[in-house]
Amino acid sequence: MFSKKLLVSLVLGASVSAVQAQAPAAPAAAPTEIKIGIVSFLSGPGAAPFGVPARNTAEMLADAFNNAKAPAPYNVKGFGGLPVKLVVIDEAGSPTNVVTEYRNLVQRDKVDIVIGYVSSGNCLAVAPIAEELKTLTLMYDCGSPRLFEESPKKYVFRAVNHATADSVGAALYIKAIKPTAKTYSGINQNYAFGQDSWSDFQGAVKMVLPQLQEKTSQMPKLFAGQYSAEISSLLESKSDVIHSSIWGGDMEAFILQAGPRGLFKQSSVILTGGEVSMFRLGTKIPEGTIIGARGPYGVYAPKSALNDWYRSNVIDRYNAPPNLAAYQMAHTLMATKLAFEKAMAANGGNKPNSDQVADAMRGMTYEGPGGVHKFNLSNGHQATAEMVYGRVKHVNGQIQLVDQKRFAPEQVMPPDGVKAADWMASKK
Amino acid sequence: MSNLLIVLIDGINYAAWLFISAVGLTLIYGVMRVLNVAHASFYSFGCYVAVTLAGFWFSHNYPPYLSFFALFGASFIAGFAIGWILERFLLRYQYAKDEVVILLITYAVFLILDDVLKLVWGVDPYYASEPYELLGNFTIGEMTYPNYYLLMIGSALVLGLGLTYMLKMTHFGKLLVSVIHDREISSAMGINVGRFFSLTFSFGCALAAIAGGITTPTISVVPGLGVDVIVLSFAVVVTGGLGSLPGTALAAIIMGVVRSFCVHYVPQLELFVIFSVMALVLVFRPRGLFSLAEARKI
Repeated sequence: MFSKKLLVSLVLGASVSAVQAQAPAAPAAAPTEIKIGIVSFLSGPGAAPFGVPARNTAEMLADAFNNAKAPAPYNVKGFGGLPVKLVVIDEAGSPTNVVTEYRNLVQRDKVDIVIGYVSSGNCLAVAPIAEELKTLTLMYDCGSPRLFEESPKKYVFRAVNHATADSVGAALYIKAIKPTAKTYSGINQNYAFGQDSWSDFQGAVKMVLPQLQEKTSQMPKLFAGQYSAEISSLLESKSDVIHSSIWGGDMEAFILQAGPRGLFKQSSVILTGGEVSMFRLGTKIPEGTIIGARGPYGVYAPKSALNDWYRSNVIDRYNAPPNLAAYQMAHTLMATKLAFEKAMAANGGNKPNSDQVADAMRGMTYEGPGGVHKFNLSNGHQATAEMVYGRVKHVNGQIQLVDQKRFAPEQVMPPDGVKAADWMASKK
Repeated sequence: MSNLLIVLIDGINYAAWLFISAVGLTLIYGVMRVLNVAHASFYSFGCYVAVTLAGFWFSHNYPPYLSFFALFGASFIAGFAIGWILERFLLRYQYAKDEVVILLITYAVFLILDDVLKLVWGVDPYYASEPYELLGNFTIGEMTYPNYYLLMIGSALVLGLGLTYMLKMTHFGKLLVSVIHDREISSAMGINVGRFFSLTFSFGCALAAIAGGITTPTISVVPGLGVDVIVLSFAVVVTGGLGSLPGTALAAIIMGVVRSFCVHYVPQLELFVIFSVMALVLVFRPRGLFSLAEARKI
């Protein structure tokens, strides 16, 4: 009995297999969505100033794209008609862990594109893996100019300025509003970004204001929180200008501790990323403080219908205006959508692969809520935009930024093919 | 104004903060031989309680000078209560285990509490600088300092002297010293060691929380702010001698002044100067500056 059943099963199975083998192959399922991995700090000190506002913007824009609610040229539903699905993960952890999570996103979760990374260390660690896995990857905030300087990239892009623009813009601003300044000092966090920022600012000063003499450079530990001695040292230096790339809770603690001690009255203090905490601290930021936003973002965004739409949607949904990190995410996501749709059109309306989207993005010009950006450096992989600085003024208990100066992209970013440090050194 | 005087003032101020931050850690280790990594979470907890209460206090226009008592008191009570719950329902059942196992348990508690803080307060920064600005400034030469620094130095003195008085002069303190030296003999003599453990752990946690409460008006309260504090506190108590109150005070002063000197004259060294002091001390005195003598049990 058993052997008969087995024989029948084998014969039937063989017949079915033979029929299947002769049948024409079924057409591959048409792609139904585009998956984008969003990586940013969702825990730890980087979450509130950078990660969460950027994540919020990504979610707001994805919903707007999927419902075809965004204004032109972003009014096509989803990405070229394909609904966008975000896979959001936390950037917190060591670079090794971040690389592992990147591989998981690409190989396990099968995302089509990755957008993310605040930390310079993380973006430098992820870039070679993106090239290895041939996955289109856009760094939305990481400021290290080394991203493209060390080796050319095929699948990695940055849709916003790198950090050199912060420093050169700050030096140009000092030249414009305080040309008689004679001395400068700095207080920056003692890690890669803080040291690079200070080094960039030193280079920018030599290029733009060679008469400025350096007095002291304070490098407190990241997340130190206590700055009494550093503030005393800066007060003692009596510097005309103080440069700081401190961010997040450290910047707020520094302002809260240094403000009452008169440091902001004695010196023109530049906070290159000060826009992030501007609305939370309000008039706690002393008058005269020079505030940067890493580009034409936040309050520095130029007036446009697209910017009005973006700001109002973020405020309606999250009850807070978008900060610089949110703008950077918006620009990166919008640039990706445009490049994807351009590649899709060139591909006969079919879903493009990473190579095709990269080809479409390379050298592209696009407009976001922060104005026009061009991918015109590093073989078309690094975008440039204007740089803006302004000074704090208290008006009726509110904070305003006055004396705003805008600097063209070619004033604040190095020419194509020239390393940032070499550019600043060559223009003495 | 002499540069050295500035260095000294900054150093003493930093030392006061170090001492306030570390004293709870050394007290718990001294009595219980528990290296409480969750100290960092209690510090953060104190910060969040203080900043929340300060927001409430000043938005309701309550008497501003009473805010100091409210902030510090609330942090202390909250730290004591959570510490008591932790000791009563978790640590009490672990004392028979190895010190390293208990350390790992407190590390797990630290990770859990840090996430609980995020669940309750989210990831947004909070600040409450009103108490810091309320007291005004004092000036020495051309240098301006906030009077809040004096409050911080005064708080460190009160804590240090108060704890010393409690340990040396009170009946409770003498019993506690007995427990510190030999918990088995103390138990045999009729001392309720478990009760002392419970009180000490709760009090140590409350000291961590009050350190957070005192620091809050000078900082922005953000997730993860306790991590740096536990590392520094550990360096201070190890340098001073685990469990030694005078050792903790002396280590805090040495580290505070040396760090201040570096910030003013060799800022490049600031990053590792505290740990260099620790390493240097441990080379010559492996058990710290004021390590307690231990009877060898046969």
